[in-house]
Amino acid sequence: MSTLSNLAWSSGVSRPSAALVAPALLVGAAMALPLAYLIIRSFGASEEAWELLFRLRTAQILGRSALLVVVVVVGTLALGVPLAWLTSRTDLPMRRLLAVLTALPLVIPTYVGAFLIISALGPRGLVQDILEPLGVSRLPEIYGLPGAAGTLIFLSYPYVLLTARAALRRMDPSLDESARLLGHGPASAFFRLTLPQLRPAMSAGALLVALYAVSDFGAVSLMRYESFTWAIYQQYQGTFDRSVAAVLSLGLVSLAALVLLAESVARGNRRYYRPSSGSERSLTTQRLGRMRWPCAIFCWIVVLLALGLPVAVLAYWLINGISNGEPLLLLWQATRNAVTVSFFAAVVAALFAIPVAALSVRHPGYFATFVDKISHTGYALPGIVVALALVFFGSRVITPLYQTIWLLVFAYVVLFLPAALGAVRSSLVQISPRLEESARVLGKGQLRVMLSVTGPLMGPGLLMGGALVFLVTMKELPATLILGPLGFKTLATGVWSASSEAFFARAAAPALTLILSSSVPMAVLMLRERSR
Amino acid sequence: MTLRVFRLLVWIVALAIAGLTVVTCQSSGADESVTSAVNQANQSAQEAAAAAQAAADAAQKAGASARDTTAVTVAEEAKLAAKDAATAAVAAASAAREASDAAKQVADSAMMIASTETMRGDPGSLVVYSGRSESLVGPIIEQFAEATGIDVQVKYGSTFEIAATLLEEGQNSPADVFFAQDPGGLGAVSELLSTLPGDVVLKVPEWARSPDGSWVGISGRARVIVYSTELVSDDELPTSVKDLTDPKWKGRIGWPPTNASFRTMVTAMRLMWGDDETRRWLLDMQANEPGIFPKNTPIVAAAGAGEVSVGLVNHYYLHRFIQEEGDDFAARNLFLKSGGPDSLVMVAGAGILDTSENRHNAETFMRFMLSKVAQQYFAGQTFEYPLVEGVKTHRLLPPIDTLNGPDIDLSQLSDLQGTDALLRETGVIP
Repeated sequence: MSTLSNLAWSSGVSRPSAALVAPALLVGAAMALPLAYLIIRSFGASEEAWELLFRLRTAQILGRSALLVVVVVVGTLALGVPLAWLTSRTDLPMRRLLAVLTALPLVIPTYVGAFLIISALGPRGLVQDILEPLGVSRLPEIYGLPGAAGTLIFLSYPYVLLTARAALRRMDPSLDESARLLGHGPASAFFRLTLPQLRPAMSAGALLVALYAVSDFGAVSLMRYESFTWAIYQQYQGTFDRSVAAVLSLGLVSLAALVLLAESVARGNRRYYRPSSGSERSLTTQRLGRMRWPCAIFCWIVVLLALGLPVAVLAYWLINGISNGEPLLLLWQATRNAVTVSFFAAVVAALFAIPVAALSVRHPGYFATFVDKISHTGYALPGIVVALALVFFGSRVITPLYQTIWLLVFAYVVLFLPAALGAVRSSLVQISPRLEESARVLGKGQLRVMLSVTGPLMGPGLLMGGALVFLVTMKELPATLILGPLGFKTLATGVWSASSEAFFARAAAPALTLILSSSVPMAVLMLRERSR
Repeated sequence: MTLRVFRLLVWIVALAIAGLTVVTCQSSGADESVTSAVNQANQSAQEAAAAAQAAADAAQKAGASARDTTAVTVAEEAKLAAKDAATAAVAAASAAREASDAAKQVADSAMMIASTETMRGDPGSLVVYSGRSESLVGPIIEQFAEATGIDVQVKYGSTFEIAATLLEEGQNSPADVFFAQDPGGLGAVSELLSTLPGDVVLKVPEWARSPDGSWVGISGRARVIVYSTELVSDDELPTSVKDLTDPKWKGRIGWPPTNASFRTMVTAMRLMWGDDETRRWLLDMQANEPGIFPKNTPIVAAAGAGEVSVGLVNHYYLHRFIQEEGDDFAARNLFLKSGGPDSLVMVAGAGILDTSENRHNAETFMRFMLSKVAQQYFAGQTFEYPLVEGVKTHRLLPPIDTLNGPDIDLSQLSDLQGTDALLRETGVIP
């Protein structure tokens, strides 16, 4: 018995109390539901379905998905990390405005983003229309990997940006000062000190991006890149065969497992909390000098491409529609619904993230790793698979909750818990366990320490995690459609309903409202940062 | 003397019953269900016939008891009169039915009110799972709810999402009606559907419904080639999808291999051409490197923008683009009218779930969707083909009987697995 329990925790790590293990176990069990569903469903699959999974072409599609993941991760890191540093630690002009704007592309659903990018940058899109007088009759093709990866990079780099920015703001300025004292310039300090310190945040952000790319359907389908998720959807669409789709989804889970493995290697297991004894101090601001305006231009170009372009196309459609007599529908109900469920999802996800993050940071071991990894399955799977899993369990086991917003909120948490988990964990990594130990020495129980010491210090991480979940929930579509209460409408369903049948003018209003209403909590978050 | 009085009496009774029927029918046009009116008319006719029969019997008895030649003659006459009365009653019933038809045409929505009982009490509720988007069917479902007072709740999604949801819910589904974009979705859940009432089934032509009566088509959509008016000249237009395998179309085609309608067309090809010829067509098309699109809408958009020259789609998306962007939207539809699978007319349809707890309302819903009001809505607002006789097709569309569609029933096109395998084998899908 004792050897068995010893196995679960790494040597030299204190054993967690039941107050931590029990909730972690519950969260882990909840997060394992989609996987359980897939296993049940794949029992019904024919031999051919399994053959399909192990065919050469399946391996090729898996390879295409892996390639997409690599390109998107590299792209988002290259975009997200500099933007995070520029908008949090420098004297960039209009820094706070840019801090809000650069985070906003996250709220644009990929199926809308990809469509807008095609309408704008397609071979004969709006931009070509503008360039026509200059003799440009056709822009180069964007379909395939460039289009799919480009769309995903521009819509998901905020994951990296936000987690990196949160980490940058908590970084101990004394480290920076020491480096400067030792004669390192700003660039050298950034690469030799700041960047390595950012490793947990970067890998957390990159993980979210990678799994997002694995499970995305909107961008890959419109950009015509046949990824693994595309293949799963085509099973549902073309043959209505759930068991083949389940078998393929298990294949996708294995790809996600590879990504998770790569992330644990990249994250490393070093110490990131402040070694100095001093209390947290305000951060130093890096002067950019001559690079101030070029950096600003870089930021604005990103904002223009990732946010300005979609908003401009939407505005064009809206104005076009209104001038053609399209009625401007009021969207109060849809906005209220979307904000309500997203808020609940954010709160529940942040709460769920605490035990999982605490376990994996403070008590690493097999058990912690298992709960942590299993929590990522929902996020790595296409939305429809998670939604159907909860239809399966919801309509059978918890019938009273089926098709209520509570099951829907639960679905969002299963889908997006990793978004909260990353931020919560990176904040926890930066809190010295010495603080907790001191509190323990002073006679507080583990739970009390959690609530009175660790909890408040994790505040920014919880807030950021919750905010990320809020933003991605606002745009979530398949689970909202399938699990929402009857007649339940959100902004995302409004956009989908109109755009799927080519009523673009009608889709523009809910899409713009979606972006606007999501930017409010984002702005509040940024203002809060300023006041600290 | 007494017999003459008796004869008169029989006439009066028969006429009274018939008259009553007509009156009931006319009043029911406004505040009662026509279905129940027809039932009442039938019932009154039966009552009249029974009364006449009774009269005849009575007369015969009277004749027999009189044992008198005149009495026998009179009895014979009475019998004839009774028969006349019965005929009159039947005529009255059919008049009543005609009146009810008239009422139906005048106030189509009034007809929907299910029955006197539901009228007096709570009209109840109905749960519709719709694979058709709200922007298409929302307005007409709302109209149904308003006309009947039924509390209609709708879950919208893509047909494949809704079908998968229904299959996962199984016996626990709260749904009453499944309104699907394509027969494939209905076929996928057919074992969860129940048999529709005969009058609903018979409203649509045979090709547009399931042979087991589990679903019926509600509106029709035709396969077309959408072409860019900028990039394709009139004399270049293909006459069949087989022309698209010509190398001159290389890199100029868009198609949606995961789309249900496209797959239904390929299934029709397999049925009409055979697997080998379909395989060759798919391979030849592959050689022309068609652009793979997720669905119809972006293909029509691409044709309008001149990104593709031709695309294989359903007919009605184009009209919405023209509606939004004006007549200078640079794409048009080509109806091939070849009699082959490329001229296939498909349907969006609906069926009632076996587990439905609101069967009555579900049937009312089906009847409403096949009523003139709803069919006119589909013809006018969504640019689809009405399936019920007597409803005009949109003036921008060629009439359905000029499309020269292939002579096959949609229910013959259920082998989606075989089509999937062929698409996979030819590398159209990975």
